[in-house]
Amino acid sequence: MQAILALEDGRIFRGEGHGAKGECYGEVVFNTSLTGYQEIFTDPSYAGQIVVLTNPQIGNYGTNLADNEANKPYIEGLVTREFSPVSSNWRSQQVADEYLERFQVPVISEIDTRALVRHLRTHGVMRGVISSIETNTDAMVEKARAIRKMDGTDLAKTVSTKARYEWETDGPDPLSQPKVLELAASAEDTRPDLHVVAYDFGIKKNILRMLSKEGCRVTVVPAETSAEDVLAMGPDGVFLSNGPGDPEPVTYAQENIRKLAGRTPIFGICLGHQLLGLALGGKTYKLKFGHHGGNHPVKCMDSGKVEITCHNHNFAVDPDSMKLSDVDLTHIDLNDNTLEGMRHRTMPIFSVQYHPEASPGPHDSNYLFRDFRNLMEEWKR
Amino acid sequence: MPRRNDIAKILVIGSGPIVIGQSAEFDYSGTQACKALKAEGYEVVLVNSNPATIMTDPELADRTYIEPLTREYVEEILRIESEMLREAGRGGKFALLPTVGGQTALNLAVDLSDSGILDRYDVELIGAKLEAIKKAEDRLLFKDAMTRIGLDMPRSALVNNLRDGVDFAGKIGFPVIIRPSFTLGGSGGGLAYNREELMEILSRGLDLSPVHECLIEESVLGWKEYELEVMRDLADNVIIICSIENMDPMGVHTGDSITVAPAQTLTDREYQAMRDAAIRVMREIGVETGGSNVQFAVHPNTGRMTVIEMNPRVSRSSALASKATGFPIAKIAAKLAVGYTLDEIPNDITKMTPACFEPTIDYVVTKIPKWQFEKFPGADENLGPQMKSVGEVMAIGRTFKESLMKALRSLETGKKIGAELLEPKRLTQRLVTPQPERLSYVRFAFRQGLSVREVARMTAMDPWFLYHIKEITDTIAKVGEQNGESITPELLRKLKRQGVSDERIAEVWGKPTNDGVAEVRELRYRHGIKPVFKLVDTCAAEFESMTPYLYSTYDEEDEAAPTAKRKVIILGSGPNRIGQGIEFDYCCCHAAFALKEDDYETIMVNCNPETVSTDYDTSDRLYFEPLTLEDVLAVYEHEASSGAEIGMIVQFGGQTPLNLALRLKAAGVPILGTSPESIDLAEDRKRFGKLLEELDIPQPPGAIATSVEEALAGAERIGYPVLVRPSYVLGGRAMVIAYDSEAVSRYMKEAVEYSQERPILVDHFLEDAVEVDVDALCDKKDVVIAGIMQHIEEAGIHSGDSSCVLPAADLAPATLETIRTYTRKLALALNVVGLVNLQFAIQRRAGQPDKVFVIEVNPRASRTVPYVSKATGVPLAKIASRLMTGRKLRELLPEQTASGRDLETGTHFYVKSPVFPWNKFPGVDMALGPEMRSTGEVMGVADNFGEAFAKAQLSAGQRLPLKGTVFFSVNDRDKIHLVELARDYMELGFQIVATEGTANKLAQAGLVVERVYKVKEGRPNVVDLIKGDRIQLIVNTTQGQDTFFDEKAIRRAAVLQRIPTITTIAAARAAAEGIEALQQHQTNVYPLQHLHADLPSRHTRYAPS
Ligand SMILES: Nc1ncnc2c1ncn2[C@@H]1O[C@H](COP(=O)(O)OP(=O)(O)O)[C@@H](O)[C@H]1O
Ligand SMILES: Nc1ncnc2c1ncn2[C@@H]1O[C@H](COP(=O)(O)OP(=O)(O)O)[C@@H](O)[C@H]1O
Ligand SMILES: [Mg+2]
Ligand SMILES: [Mg+2]
Repeated sequence: MQAILALEDGRIFRGEGHGAKGECYGEVVFNTSLTGYQEIFTDPSYAGQIVVLTNPQIGNYGTNLADNEANKPYIEGLVTREFSPVSSNWRSQQVADEYLERFQVPVISEIDTRALVRHLRTHGVMRGVISSIETNTDAMVEKARAIRKMDGTDLAKTVSTKARYEWETDGPDPLSQPKVLELAASAEDTRPDLHVVAYDFGIKKNILRMLSKEGCRVTVVPAETSAEDVLAMGPDGVFLSNGPGDPEPVTYAQENIRKLAGRTPIFGICLGHQLLGLALGGKTYKLKFGHHGGNHPVKCMDSGKVEITCHNHNFAVDPDSMKLSDVDLTHIDLNDNTLEGMRHRTMPIFSVQYHPEASPGPHDSNYLFRDFRNLMEEWKR
Repeated sequence: MPRRNDIAKILVIGSGPIVIGQSAEFDYSGTQACKALKAEGYEVVLVNSNPATIMTDPELADRTYIEPLTREYVEEILRIESEMLREAGRGGKFALLPTVGGQTALNLAVDLSDSGILDRYDVELIGAKLEAIKKAEDRLLFKDAMTRIGLDMPRSALVNNLRDGVDFAGKIGFPVIIRPSFTLGGSGGGLAYNREELMEILSRGLDLSPVHECLIEESVLGWKEYELEVMRDLADNVIIICSIENMDPMGVHTGDSITVAPAQTLTDREYQAMRDAAIRVMREIGVETGGSNVQFAVHPNTGRMTVIEMNPRVSRSSALASKATGFPIAKIAAKLAVGYTLDEIPNDITKMTPACFEPTIDYVVTKIPKWQFEKFPGADENLGPQMKSVGEVMAIGRTFKESLMKALRSLETGKKIGAELLEPKRLTQRLVTPQPERLSYVRFAFRQGLSVREVARMTAMDPWFLYHIKEITDTIAKVGEQNGESITPELLRKLKRQGVSDERIAEVWGKPTNDGVAEVRELRYRHGIKPVFKLVDTCAAEFESMTPYLYSTYDEEDEAAPTAKRKVIILGSGPNRIGQGIEFDYCCCHAAFALKEDDYETIMVNCNPETVSTDYDTSDRLYFEPLTLEDVLAVYEHEASSGAEIGMIVQFGGQTPLNLALRLKAAGVPILGTSPESIDLAEDRKRFGKLLEELDIPQPPGAIATSVEEALAGAERIGYPVLVRPSYVLGGRAMVIAYDSEAVSRYMKEAVEYSQERPILVDHFLEDAVEVDVDALCDKKDVVIAGIMQHIEEAGIHSGDSSCVLPAADLAPATLETIRTYTRKLALALNVVGLVNLQFAIQRRAGQPDKVFVIEVNPRASRTVPYVSKATGVPLAKIASRLMTGRKLRELLPEQTASGRDLETGTHFYVKSPVFPWNKFPGVDMALGPEMRSTGEVMGVADNFGEAFAKAQLSAGQRLPLKGTVFFSVNDRDKIHLVELARDYMELGFQIVATEGTANKLAQAGLVVERVYKVKEGRPNVVDLIKGDRIQLIVNTTQGQDTFFDEKAIRRAAVLQRIPTITTIAAARAAAEGIEALQQHQTNVYPLQHLHADLPSRHTRYAPS
């Protein structure tokens, strides 16, 4: 099956089609992680985006239920250099190709992904179309231009859960058999004694897993749940999740956060961090081609140590805009000095732009979940 | 934490001679470390016994000691240097960096520290502290450590005697792994399937372990094997540079495994678990700073992960990881050792981002080892826990298929891929039992229609890799059904994207000739199917790269437009191998340094990840590519497309580029220096013979034979003994000395195949002739002789395998003059531009003038260039490359050109000695001959020959005894020299033991000699004496077939007991002189810089680079 990728600026790539036959539209971003394509497929933060993976060999180890970050893939489409028709791993349950086909995700492979990445690096992220049915490239470029821009779009609402629910661990983790894989858990399991209400703007399962590993009972609530309703649940702390799209239009969440601030401990990740920034009076801006990968050095200002971290964000909080907001800037990206984390000086609030839950990515920052736990315990006293 | 200002001086220890398990990678790491430390303004002192290294170039350290890597010599260096430091009075500490010189440096550092020497001179270990080293290297401490941090390891027990070993094996069950503590490349390690094997391997292992202990370990054969390259700084930042997956599963040493980066078959959860584990190991072992290598095994069906080992130093794998990612591990390690933290060091390649990150790559890297069992008949060719390969190649492709195929053709097996001699009947065995040819059998298996599952079951290789190999075989099969006309561009492109070479295509189309290959190339061009070049940038293009480190791939976009600067392409020497080793890489690097100074853009092409030449800051542009016509032409055409002035150097990379020279020239590539035609002429027996006649330079009488009859007739005519060999061979492959017609016919019938085009050469063998090696520079007009090296061993021992001395120890002035005349004549007659190497054999007859014969002429850089450069202080390769770009000797070496004098070596003697891999191939016959078998070399310096020789021997691992007993067993031809030799040893205070014949001869001469039985005669025999430590030195010259068995037993025992064995009379004489010198009990060390300063001034000395 032949496929074409067309970008809004007219650049065309011709390759092989896999996954679902058909067409998909989205903002084209590249991710430089060497491992964890399945986690990337299923990360709701990728809603509205076509993902280019720089690792040329994708699909090698297949897919399995345990590694899902959500119950279905959220990427609109996948671009890769070579897509493995076979899978080889003791945990593999389904070949990546079939998996994406099942969920209607088109894939284009056998194209010069490095050329594409260099194009995006130079000209910035842009909209694009993958099609295995359309051959008229002009028409495709038109379609790309017609795609709704990310900026100013509230996607959190669309991916958020419709109804509140209690998080139960997603079944016995097949990974916990070989003892050594448990290393992933930074903390020994403790019985839940804290209650966290987690706003779902597109939450990743591993965040929930990490919270319960830290001994938290987690109630996941829709993005638009009011601060009052949340407080009514008597939480020990509130978590603001990651999610897709532009934080600015998500005004309702900023409102609620303002109301919650100071009344309960708050921990935000990614979009949650951006919403906090806005709620505390800061500004956000769009990065040229975003941060997507598992190798970003982030300096933790408290310890002076560098964490290798997992990133997935196109927007960021402008550090200067936070000057008046009474927060400390706690984490900085050493590659480009992007603000990656902050803590409020008086209120029990902190957040990071990157992904301490990793999955995929290094576990260097798992400790932040322990920090959140400690914060909640102090607040209780 | 910034630079440590409390340190003033740093000693860097190198890894010594090239041996199996420790190759050029440590010249690469050592060189990087020295450069980095010097750049930081420290006073750098270097010690390494290997002259053929870049790191021992005088510019790289403030003082460079080419001395034995033993406690006493390094102590002397520490003593002198710390004294100097004190006298300088500028304060500051003296530190020792032990982590860039492989296992050798690490063990030496431990020794120096345990024996209190470091304390005595107040020297601080940096990079890795003693405790950390011990914790990592001592298998038991390591196991405890792993248990403490909850990591799984194979069950094991440490034993120091046979019984305990057998008992434990009984408990855990066979097979078991035996691993000696503190040996490199797993020397003496092994895999035992039964009690008997266990006893054998264990006893060897206990012998080889410096601490006389071995680990017996549960086997995890067939598990997936991984390596992580880890770095840590003083602020406890830890990063993973690269993950490497072994395609050959557990059971085959990583150094003997085909490995792939990055890891391909791990999910993120598994990989991160491994990453966490590696970081824990790093912290628990306590490696404060620098790079380490942690190895894991993963069960393919349960994911159970166990730690195998960690190396608290840079390693072969970290060199590979550096080349695979563009992250210079050794360089950064050196900076971390002096206090910097990772976030303070910029990433060389992006410049904008810090070194504190984890490289991510958008291509696949494959490494394949190179073995040379053909040189060691009788060696066990099965691959196991002990490393046996002599070198390796690496290839970069956008996909695994592409990189695998590129790596395969980088190997230069000489065999056509797919056309290897395979034994279908033994397919199963060949798949199950790992041997060098296993991959060929995998491909063969697929051609035979076996399924991926079946092959996976037999090889325990991951099906993912096998699937891709099958895909390639299938595509090739498809193409086989087509031909040049019928094939579609799509299919052709697909094939090229899978990395298949034009040569292979020409083959499946039945035209494996130069024309056939050219036709395929034309066809490709017609369809516009050409490779593009992409960058290795550590970040998968997320940031702009400032460093042109390139690889070719069949993809869309080319990122590496050539510059308009005048440029020179230098072809490297490919995988390290016996006869073509690091010496050639040394020359290539020097060409790059010199021409960069002369303001050329220097472009390196090579495929050997271990080397300095493939370091991205050695040349202006680095192409990591196979050295085949196709790949080299692609590079040339790409570079030439800028229209800039361009030339190619083929003279420095050994035989590899030379074999391409004519075809490159035919394809229109301007070759610099000596013309390919001259090179060819020198190789062509007939034409070269004619040239010698014209110049009337004698050559051993010879004949050419294409049949047994011709050979016998020829031998009769020229007279026995004769030397028979195939034409066009390197390193004396398949050469044999025949003393009678029966030997000749045996050789012709059994040993070799030959043909009209490839006849057999029969030469009269010059007995007891002194061999001489000459290196000279020539610019078509003038000739300067760089060095006349007199071999210690007589002609008949390959020049690469014999020790030699500069200046020639005892050649008559007249003889030297003859050698000079012949050299000049030949260099000019061959229109040499650059370097030329000549070998002479000199027959001495009492009362008559010496007769000088030419054995061969190589119009190219030779193995001895670095050694001569170190001895004379003149960078020969630099001058040669300048000559090739049109500069003249009159300008570069004015005095010598005018006066006709050779380059001086001053008042000192420089002895070069070879190093052999016997300990890796127990049971292999150690007798030296015309076929080269040494893997590396060392140099000894002193103001008298004896001491220089003794030091060289010591560096080569032969510690000459000061007293005790010498065992003599010499062949009849050597008996004439026997008496005088034995007398020398007695005068030195030695007792003599000898076997029957030898003893009689000595007794007749009235010498006191103890008789001993030969092995077959009875007990106690000589082997019993050796094992009983009754013998300190063995002089055993080969006696041919009949006693062969005895010799084998003797030499094997000698290796195990570490008793120096000398196999020629000449070397025995030299040893006597050496022992005499040693008996003076001096330990003298000489920094190169001082030796050179004493030499008459030469402006080429220390040309800045
Ligand atoms: N328990 C084991 N079972 C099977 N193979 C093993 C085992 N331990 C080591 N090996 C094999 O032996 C090789 C060498 O072992 P290693 O511990 O790495 O020693 P070295 O210091 O020589 O690298 C490994 O690469 C692996 O292939
Ligand atoms: N005619 C000869 N008489 C004695 N020794 C010889 C003769 N020819 C070659 N040899 C020995 O064989 C070795 C290898 O031969 P050479 O021609 O140098 O082959 P290579 O190209 O492998 O160096 C030489 O170094 C020399 O010791
Ligand atoms: Mg190892
Ligand atoms: Mg030779």
